Amino acid sequence: MRDQRTREMLDQDIRRWVDKYSRERSALIAILHNVHRKYSQVSAHAMEEIADYLGIHPVEVYGVATFYSFYNAEPKGKKIIRLCRTISCDMQGKRDLVYALEHRFGIRFGETTRDGKWTLEYTSCMGWCDQGPALFVNSKPYTSVTTERLDAILAE
Amino acid sequence: MTERKGPILFRPYTAFSGMRKAFEMGNAKVLATVKDAGLRGRGGAGFPTAMKWKFALDDISKDHQDYSKDRFIICNADEGEPGTFKDRVLLEEQLGLLLEGMLIAGYTIRASTGIIFLRGEYNYMWDQIKGTILRWRAEGMLGENLDGKGFDFDIHIRMGAGAYVCGEETALIESMEGYRGEPRNRPPFPVNAGFNKRPTVVNNVETLCQLPHILNEGADWFKKIGTEESTGSKLLSISGDCSKPGVYEVPFGVTIQAVLELAGAVGIKAVQVGGASGICLSAHEFDRTICFEDVPTGGSIIIFNTTRNMREVLVNFLGFFMEESCGQCTPCRYGTECLLDGILQLSRGECSDEYLSELLDLSDSMAIASKCGLGQSVANPFRSIIERFRGEIYHG
Repeated sequence: MRDQRTREMLDQDIRRWVDKYSRERSALIAILHNVHRKYSQVSAHAMEEIADYLGIHPVEVYGVATFYSFYNAEPKGKKIIRLCRTISCDMQGKRDLVYALEHRFGIRFGETTRDGKWTLEYTSCMGWCDQGPALFVNSKPYTSVTTERLDAILAE
Repeated sequence: MTERKGPILFRPYTAFSGMRKAFEMGNAKVLATVKDAGLRGRGGAGFPTAMKWKFALDDISKDHQDYSKDRFIICNADEGEPGTFKDRVLLEEQLGLLLEGMLIAGYTIRASTGIIFLRGEYNYMWDQIKGTILRWRAEGMLGENLDGKGFDFDIHIRMGAGAYVCGEETALIESMEGYRGEPRNRPPFPVNAGFNKRPTVVNNVETLCQLPHILNEGADWFKKIGTEESTGSKLLSISGDCSKPGVYEVPFGVTIQAVLELAGAVGIKAVQVGGASGICLSAHEFDRTICFEDVPTGGSIIIFNTTRNMREVLVNFLGFFMEESCGQCTPCRYGTECLLDGILQLSRGECSDEYLSELLDLSDSMAIASKCGLGQSVANPFRSIIERFRGEIYHG
């Protein structure tokens, strides 16, 4: 039942975003962006729906969605923590954060907790090298992150 | 935060004065002034801005000479080079200057649409940028007939989605058109057939921000700052081992040593200039200067003190390239992997010195055979770090 409702909601949303951004191919990234922001995933079903509206093959959508690191085709955690992998952040004590995060959730980087709430990932340079280490919780950036501040950040 | 100071971008500025000046001058004179000023692209490659504009303006296609159809000015705000964050600061603190710069560029090449290609990581700035654009529209600074002679101009935002390669202008355009961000073969260049096959100029955030100041103060004033071939100033994004990391505006021609002093860095053994795709300099080279004639950079300066291991730095950069290679061409896709794997084998003592020479040859081949700047520049950090810190590569 719940899956059915989610799917109906997804279909409605995609229709709304297609109306908003147009059925041109150039609208694809904006549509994917919205789908991902709300559903934390671009599912095979979402790809088919979008392809249908834009008049392209679903695999075209798959090709684009899997190219960009911000989108994922497989389900991930509701909240995705992405830690900056760049050397500048390494030099500001990132290793402690890696250990703290892995211990806290009992998973390694690249994995998702069993309850589907959290995913740990690395990301390329976030542009906060002067205030590292930096990480995203979904799309919100946090800077000068310390293990002491993790509790407060994750509780938000 | 302390007030930023700098010779051009961080000097006081009266909003809209550069734009009004442009309308007084007319687009031919604006083009001549920017050419005379010697402005070069601030993204790192240093292509002369006026020349790029002239190509777009003079596009030979008959259809494109019909100025009623659109042409585009794209602001490349996809800064993804490791260690670079100056565009973030400009977008946050000098947004008006950027929008005005886009307007001036659009006016000059007769484009009526400007698009800010904002990297996905800077999504948090969307509301602020959008809000400012809406306010400008309401105040009549964007829209129709801005100069009283029929010049229409509006600005939109497009989001990136986490792909370093999209900083390359043809990959950026592919992404905007809804495709994978894979660089195109050239020609055609974007100035002839860019976004939607229309003449398109892609300029860096920092390049565009220089324009209002150049028009206000004149080309001669601008040329007094910097060196002969690198006029004006450069923003540096400084991070790593220093007490005052951050964004600094310096005139071109500044020495690495002066930069280190500015950032409060002591006991330094290496500086990576230009990010992962740039080159590594060691202590005896700190008298070298930042400019297109000597050490060019998009602005990334990462500082390493004597406690740092340069193998870790190189491995970090190679991992970055492996992740960010778009996978389209073999030298880059497979070459980055071979280089990383080779360095790890060397550090475990699993291969010979001769293999390292082969890896260096491979990096040179990648520089020649890769399709775009990403694969071509992997040899920069690879060769420069190994040449200077060979011992650390073996047993860090």
